[in-house]
Amino acid sequence: MPRATAAEFRRADAWFVVPAFNEGPVIGGVVHEVRAAGFPVVVVDDASSDASGDLARAAGAVVVRHATNLGQGAALQTGIEFALRRGAAYVLTFDADGQHQVEDAVAMLSLAATNDLGFVFGSRFLDDRTDTGTLKRLVLRFAAWFTRHSTGMRLTDAHNGLRVIRADVAAQVDLHQNRMAHATEIVRQLGRTRAPWAEYPVHVLYTDYSRGKGQSLWNSVNILVDLMFR
Amino acid sequence: MLIQFLLVTAILLLVVLLGRSTSNARHMAFRRLFLLVFAIASMVAIAFPNLLSRFAQLLGVGRGADLLLYALVVAFIGSLAMNSRRATELARMITLTTRRLAILEAETSTPLNAPGPARPDTDRPISPTPAPDEPGA
Repeated sequence: MPRATAAEFRRADAWFVVPAFNEGPVIGGVVHEVRAAGFPVVVVDDASSDASGDLARAAGAVVVRHATNLGQGAALQTGIEFALRRGAAYVLTFDADGQHQVEDAVAMLSLAATNDLGFVFGSRFLDDRTDTGTLKRLVLRFAAWFTRHSTGMRLTDAHNGLRVIRADVAAQVDLHQNRMAHATEIVRQLGRTRAPWAEYPVHVLYTDYSRGKGQSLWNSVNILVDLMFR
Repeated sequence: MLIQFLLVTAILLLVVLLGRSTSNARHMAFRRLFLLVFAIASMVAIAFPNLLSRFAQLLGVGRGADLLLYALVVAFIGSLAMNSRRATELARMITLTTRRLAILEAETSTPLNAPGPARPDTDRPISPTPAPDEPGA
């Protein structure tokens, strides 16, 4: 299958995949921004108990709703499969809490398209725009180290939710880690495709909201256990 | 004597209850055979406690009761492992079912070529969109 070059494919072919679980206060704004930039969005409503799904739909997203809460990894996989079934040329994973910038995503997409890269990872550690706390920085550094050793991929920021994946590469992703350990799993699976890739500096915006929703340190323990006992 | 009767009854009950679960044929057969052997062995041990003690000493364990405890610990951990494996398999099935259902639902409720309300710049090409700080650009 011939792949679309940068000149050929349109924004309508680059699908944003946004997993959402109870993101009511912010999901509308995130979807609106992405739609305003001309991209199709699929929001995977992971059985939210609030109106996340309706708000996303009202803002212009296609909503795919899980009947039961499965976790972010499962939602991501659902969104990727849905986007591919819609004929996406590129799949972009994007967090629902508003911490990613659409401009970063566009730049990554452009980088992927012009260099025909299989995937591009966002990294908040390649420049100094992102202000991570010391503790979070340590945890993320450890995660990157762990990912490097378990996957052989030299990433600076393994747990960044902003990724651009070309369709033929995304089709090879099959996440079994339903919860947060998918971040390492997706790196491993993408690495295995041997597709050319890059990291790109992105600005992760920590708001009070995203901080409140963010992962606690306890969750790091869960992730490690999930990765060890599969 | 009463305890012997109670224990044997409990084991027989267990065999009946656990022996009729449904799963794939070979695993189920293994589980049932193991259960049968385990049940017979424990009834023998209950009926002839000295036999258990002598067997324990043969293995270098002090008392029959100790041997029983060790065997129980091993069986317990094995059963935990088996349960967690089955739970994982079940979770996988639920995930796949939920995903299929969610995608089909979304596809029937939104027509194929309508990713949402059309926007003017949907047809805008990705590049040239010079990023302010693209590496190597």
